[in-house]
Amino acid sequence: MHVGLEHYLTVSFLLFALGLLGVIMRRNLLVIYMSLELMLNAANLALVAFSRFNDNLNGQILVFFIITVAAAEVSVGLALIVALYRKRQTAHVEDLTSMKL
Amino acid sequence: MKYEILPWLILFLPLLATAVITLFTLRCKMTSSLISIGAVVAGFILTIIFISANGFHINAETSTNWLTIGDLHVDFGLKLDALSLMMLLIVTGVGGAIHIYSFGYMDEDPGKARFFAFMSLFTFSMLGIVLANNFLEMFIAWELVGVSSYLLIGFWFEKHSAGDAAKKAFITNRLGDFGFLLGILMVWGLLGSLNFSVLQNSIVANPAALGAMATTAGLLIFCGAVGKSAQFPLHVWLADAMEGPTPVSALIHAATMVAAGVYMLCRVLFLLDADALHVIAYIGGFTALLAALIAVQQNDIKRIIAYSTLSQLGYMVMAVGLNGPTPAMFHLTTHAFFKALLFLSAGSVILATHHEQDIWKMGNLRKKMPVTFWTFLIGALALSGIPPFSGFYSKDSIFAQCLEQKNYLLFGVAVFVAALTAFYTFRLFFVVFFGKEKSDHAKHAHESSLVITLPLIVLAVFAAIGGFIGVVNNYYSQFAPNHEALSFVQQLIEPLKTPVPMLIGIGVALLGIFLAFSFYKNATNDPLPAKLGKLAEAMKNRFYFDEIYEATFIRAHDFIATVADWIDRWLVEGFCIGAIRGGTDLSGRALRLVQTGNLQTYAFLFVLGVAVLLYFVLGK
Repeated sequence: MHVGLEHYLTVSFLLFALGLLGVIMRRNLLVIYMSLELMLNAANLALVAFSRFNDNLNGQILVFFIITVAAAEVSVGLALIVALYRKRQTAHVEDLTSMKL
Repeated sequence: MKYEILPWLILFLPLLATAVITLFTLRCKMTSSLISIGAVVAGFILTIIFISANGFHINAETSTNWLTIGDLHVDFGLKLDALSLMMLLIVTGVGGAIHIYSFGYMDEDPGKARFFAFMSLFTFSMLGIVLANNFLEMFIAWELVGVSSYLLIGFWFEKHSAGDAAKKAFITNRLGDFGFLLGILMVWGLLGSLNFSVLQNSIVANPAALGAMATTAGLLIFCGAVGKSAQFPLHVWLADAMEGPTPVSALIHAATMVAAGVYMLCRVLFLLDADALHVIAYIGGFTALLAALIAVQQNDIKRIIAYSTLSQLGYMVMAVGLNGPTPAMFHLTTHAFFKALLFLSAGSVILATHHEQDIWKMGNLRKKMPVTFWTFLIGALALSGIPPFSGFYSKDSIFAQCLEQKNYLLFGVAVFVAALTAFYTFRLFFVVFFGKEKSDHAKHAHESSLVITLPLIVLAVFAAIGGFIGVVNNYYSQFAPNHEALSFVQQLIEPLKTPVPMLIGIGVALLGIFLAFSFYKNATNDPLPAKLGKLAEAMKNRFYFDEIYEATFIRAHDFIATVADWIDRWLVEGFCIGAIRGGTDLSGRALRLVQTGNLQTYAFLFVLGVAVLLYFVLGK
């Protein structure tokens, strides 16, 4: 069976949808965070696929940057979550509604 | 015209005085009163200088462009002719005497500085009316006079009655002014100008220029005079205006403000056609009769003089209506002298009796206040029309005018009013100055100080000789240029040319004085109510005009006000504004629910937004 661009894109879309669903549905901040990473990687997959099938390396270079920035972002995000947990003793989003009037 | 700057100075000095007093010297009574007196006396001196340089018989204007809107050009200008120069002399001369008198009269009042600021504002406004060369300028000064009279009547605003009287005067005046404004607009619409000289030229060139609206326009302009000069049916404010300090009554409600209406009619006489003049004559005659009847049964010294003012104003308006501006202005001038004198003498009496105004609580003041007694007597004789006092000459010229126009009904009214005038004036005179003291205050009364008696003496001299010092010549030069000037002796014997009205006039005046003498020589209470019964009661209650107005116009006005209030409160505020306010509030509350504070809801909405956007961008 020949694997074409549409297959990669389908997988990428499914991964993105799963991540989005996780962000919207899950209550635990850590899981939401992992779902976010999933969405990011879905985008990476799509970029790599486009790069491969269009014979253009720009997409792959962009992916390296995204992975680098994501690594930095994860460290900052995890630190925030830890700090939040220490302060509030919870990592559940229902308990974090101080933005509501 | 020489010294063109002088009229401008005369006009604006009092305004400057007001500004200086209100801005800088309100805490200093002495400085304030001197500034105000200085402004008006300087005005008087400058007027004399101007007249001696130019003579009375100039007809000049000095003006500067004020505003231009489309076809409407309005100048700010001063009109200088015999009429306005005579009025200048009256306003600054009599006004000056009253200013000096106020210096003594208001001595103990804590608001003296404020009082003099208002007095100067009034003088400025009145000079504005006198000097205006176009309708708009006159109307503005006209309204300023209304405002300053409001301020002065309500000067003792802590007294409830004074505040009410001030409002009544202002609102009643506004009613008349509304008609005046409509008249001005009508004249402008039909003739295209507001300048008196231009208007006069266009009327002379084409007497039918106003067309079918001539009578309406004339009567609307007369409305202004009805308000200011307190003619029937807007006469009700003048008697209440006596709540103000006595110098105010003398200045505003005798010598100047109420004369403004008559002056204005004489100024625009060329606009009034025969029908309008007819109405004016009868309204004037009716007012004279009505006010004289009311005056007979009043007991407040100032109110009696106030109603007598009304009655004399009726004479003047009647004379204008009978096409006699010269007798009208002549009577206005002499009236300014003797009525200011009467008011100021009454003020002297009031001051001596510790602000007692009921004549039945005075009595026998002849011995205690000799100067006031003599000046009051001169004023009373002039008012009654006894020769050779000034009032005799001017009143006689009005009688002669009635006969010349062959209006025997108004002549009869005028004669009857003359008898009543003599009667009520000497009723007041005998009760106050003769008989026994009727209260403790009257027993301890004493003559007022020199600053009060000096203006009285000056005014008394003019009230005595005002009839034959050339006043009438100046008015002839304005209204009847062909009339040759009368010499001193000719003026003295002028009434003899028409012996019938002269003899009748003197006869009824003497009759009135004799009746007053027989009724009130030693009276301790009024014998008239017993003789006249119901009629006396009606006179005393001013023929129930206030009550009638209360029951009809004011009631109707209150009803309209209630309806308007209901509409405002429930329809405008409750429904229209309420719907907007309530709608905003409700949608705000609804939108508030969207803000859950839950991050995931926001994320969901965000995705939804992206999905919709994508649908629109890619789906088509």
